[in-house]
Amino acid sequence: MNDWLTTILIVLPVASALVIAIAPFSTYWLGSLAALASLIEVGFWITAASKFHFGSSQLQFAQRASWFRDLHVSWHVGQYAFSLWFVGMTVVVMAACTIYGWWVGRDRGRAYFALMLLLTGAIVGVFTAQDLLLFYAFFEAMLIPLYVLIGVWGGADRMRATITFVVYTVVGSLLMLASIVILGLQQGTFDLTQMSTSSSTWLFLGFVVAFAIKSPLFPLHGWLPITYRESPPEVTAVLSGVIGKAGLYGLLRIAIPLFPQPVHDWRVVMLVLGSASLVYGSLLAFRAADFRGVVMYSSLAQAGLIVLGLFAHNALGFDGAVLQIVNHALISTSLFLVAGMVERRTSTGEFSRLGGMARGRPALATVIMVAGIISLAVPLSTSFAGEFLILAGVFQQGWAWAVIGAVGIVLAAMYMLRAISGVLHQEVGPAVSERATDLRLGELAVVVPLLLCLLGLSAWPNLVSGHASSSSTAGWTRYAP
Amino acid sequence: MIAKPHVDWLALSPSLALLAAAGTLLMVAVFVPRVARRQASAFVGFAGFVAAFVFAAFLDDRSRHGVTLVHDAMFRDKWSSLAQVLIAGAGAVAVLVSDREHMRDEHVAEYYALLTAAGAGMAFFVQASNLMTLFLGLEWFSIALYVLTAIDIDLIGSLEAGLKYLVVGAVGSATLLFGSALVYGITGQLSFDKIAASGHRHDAMFVVGLAMIIAGLAFKSSSAPFHQWTPDVYQGAPTPVTAFMSSGTKIAALVVTLRVLQTAFPQDGSLWRWAIAVIAIISLAWGNIAALVQRNVKRILAYSSVSHAGFMLIAIAAANPLGARALLYYLIPYSAMSVGAFAVVAARERELQAPVTLQNLAGFGWERPFLGISMWAFMLGMLGFPLTGGFIGKFYVFAAAYERGWWWLIVAGVIATMISAYYYLGIVRAMYFRDRAELQLAPAGGSPPSDVLLDAGVLVALVVTVGSFFAVQPLIDLAHSAAGSLPF
Repeated sequence: MNDWLTTILIVLPVASALVIAIAPFSTYWLGSLAALASLIEVGFWITAASKFHFGSSQLQFAQRASWFRDLHVSWHVGQYAFSLWFVGMTVVVMAACTIYGWWVGRDRGRAYFALMLLLTGAIVGVFTAQDLLLFYAFFEAMLIPLYVLIGVWGGADRMRATITFVVYTVVGSLLMLASIVILGLQQGTFDLTQMSTSSSTWLFLGFVVAFAIKSPLFPLHGWLPITYRESPPEVTAVLSGVIGKAGLYGLLRIAIPLFPQPVHDWRVVMLVLGSASLVYGSLLAFRAADFRGVVMYSSLAQAGLIVLGLFAHNALGFDGAVLQIVNHALISTSLFLVAGMVERRTSTGEFSRLGGMARGRPALATVIMVAGIISLAVPLSTSFAGEFLILAGVFQQGWAWAVIGAVGIVLAAMYMLRAISGVLHQEVGPAVSERATDLRLGELAVVVPLLLCLLGLSAWPNLVSGHASSSSTAGWTRYAP
Repeated sequence: MIAKPHVDWLALSPSLALLAAAGTLLMVAVFVPRVARRQASAFVGFAGFVAAFVFAAFLDDRSRHGVTLVHDAMFRDKWSSLAQVLIAGAGAVAVLVSDREHMRDEHVAEYYALLTAAGAGMAFFVQASNLMTLFLGLEWFSIALYVLTAIDIDLIGSLEAGLKYLVVGAVGSATLLFGSALVYGITGQLSFDKIAASGHRHDAMFVVGLAMIIAGLAFKSSSAPFHQWTPDVYQGAPTPVTAFMSSGTKIAALVVTLRVLQTAFPQDGSLWRWAIAVIAIISLAWGNIAALVQRNVKRILAYSSVSHAGFMLIAIAAANPLGARALLYYLIPYSAMSVGAFAVVAARERELQAPVTLQNLAGFGWERPFLGISMWAFMLGMLGFPLTGGFIGKFYVFAAAYERGWWWLIVAGVIATMISAYYYLGIVRAMYFRDRAELQLAPAGGSPPSDVLLDAGVLVALVVTVGSFFAVQPLIDLAHSAAGSLPF
């Protein structure tokens, strides 16, 4: 049973997607089915987490079957301590977003729910694949449902958004494919657990460009504004919450452990790019004109901060990065969903037309306040723990990096407080009518669990960060001196 | 007493089954009354292809060691029989697609007769083991296809396409023939093995002969710059014919290209590998860039087939066992996707009674969910996305190029794939992201005609496209044993 857990986590949503694609039910029941499937998925993850041996550094729930022998490619999935948390954040975020889509009542429900579940399976696959080609297959498979989700249910300018998004990601992932083919054939295996390191800078760059586009990292974030704006809110939440994390995961699991020498040579470049994303993203977030814009650029900034932690080259930075990935997945999902809820009530996200929504809407005010406060890394919050670890880690690379990181955190406070007050406080904006209701029960049922996860992590961040680097043979320790 | 030569009927059975079907169909054209003729001829055509499929599969099973027949004129080996299996499969699906095609009743049996005759020619062509049978097979299926292209005289452009195909195709055949003559002149040998064993010199005449053989075959596989006929013919021909042509001709021409080059000219590998690599890169560049600006879906698919020829030529240029495996594996999902995509185009064409463009695909994915999802899968497969065999095919091709040490072919393939994302996803975009109301298209009127046979054909193509992603090992095993017939 245990060996099957990872496979079940991948196959269950895909199978549910197929059932939904052909089941002769009405949209409402299909939505219920999708919601149920996504909750069962969470249940399986909880089972996995309860059976996980955090003390062990081995790959767990691993399963392996040959796919094609002559090139040594196999279905090899399993979880390390950090992958377990990434899978956890994925299933939780996807459940929240699927249920939100159901609650909102997306039209063409059959396709919508099937695609959301397909996406869930693909993302879980990315975080658990231990074979490079399998990883690539899942990485590309994420794009298929996303493309349609944005193109069909997106905003007015969705055509341009999908083209931009696809051009960036396809360019990145195909560079990675070339790297994978060459690396795998050089090594005689595609199995990540059996691969030895490589010193080729070109292959390293092939991976890094793909992951930097996905994360996204300055200056490869060109697809971000239009895609995040034009997608439906829950799809934006998925994009920022988990899809971007797949890029960071790639750096953490593949680019950094497999290429110690190029990582060493390019560390300063990566730190500079991380800092640039952090500062530039924060500044853009500060002058963004709408709620979604703030959250969107803050995720660029957060990706930069996480990259600082990953390339700090020590356990502190690595632990902080893993924790912060999980934190930010939950935070940005909550914030994007809330942004969607605000947009539903006011049909705009622009601060110039919003304001004063706190009055008479206590639930909305509380939710935005809690998510916003956690996101700006107030002490005692889990993101404070994550960012502190990252800063402590990157400080060992040079104090200047830590200073930049700290500046970023100050900027985060500025833009997030500006966003909170822009929506909740100040004068009542022209777009906010008296009839705009407080959050409904259904909406609270989606957001509150996410916030509870965040509060739980705030109480016990060590749950994630404590086991990240120490308990894995795959991540940072692989190249530790 | 004249000694009767031994005839290996099993080795000839795939061609003979199709020829028998063609002959029967000519009888059907005369004897079966008009009311039943359409069904009867479709049935006979389908039976012919299925019989050829079964015979070829049986032949594949029974040909452990490759041998030559009829004074070294034909091969009996797994390389040719696997190609015959694919050709017969593509033909069978093409018959399913043809059933509801608008066609005059007086032509319908002849149409299937030509289709099966073309299939027989291809089955014969892939077995060719000397320059004579090579040319004979090529002309055999080409002439059938020339007529098929022009058969629907009510279709605007069909006749023009047929004429273009005839003229350009004849140039291709003549080039091949000329090249064969030069090679024969130098070596004094016709059969591939003996050409290889003749120990010829590298003089100019020989090199020109080799180049002309490559060019002649490249005409048939529609590799750039010998592809000029492809878009017009694919567009002008009746769509089921295009479906068969795009897969069958491609399978036959590419399989034979690698066979001829590797069997007859192994010592000249350093020459032709480069030539093929150059043709591959030109095809990738030309096919993909030209496809970007097309609006007619059949033309997009035609240029895409040029670019796929480029991908498969990478495997041929690698000229190693892995490349041979890659070629055969690639052909499996490719022929399925190609037949399937044209089948979907045919369905839309019959619905609209007009050529299918990106514009009037709008909303198709929502109106016909099954065909929409299938087309989506075919496009993703051609793009080389996971969950389709196209992904594994490209991966194998790149692996073969890497094993040859030509990493720059991988780079070329990757760049080509990037470009192709635009138009393949453009078709998905056209089907799903806009609806009719937005574009204010007049509906064709009435509910779309149900076409069970076409749907069945598309289903088969879909199953092969997706199934080849999961069942890689058995297919690679087949390709592996087939590639064992070639002398590497």
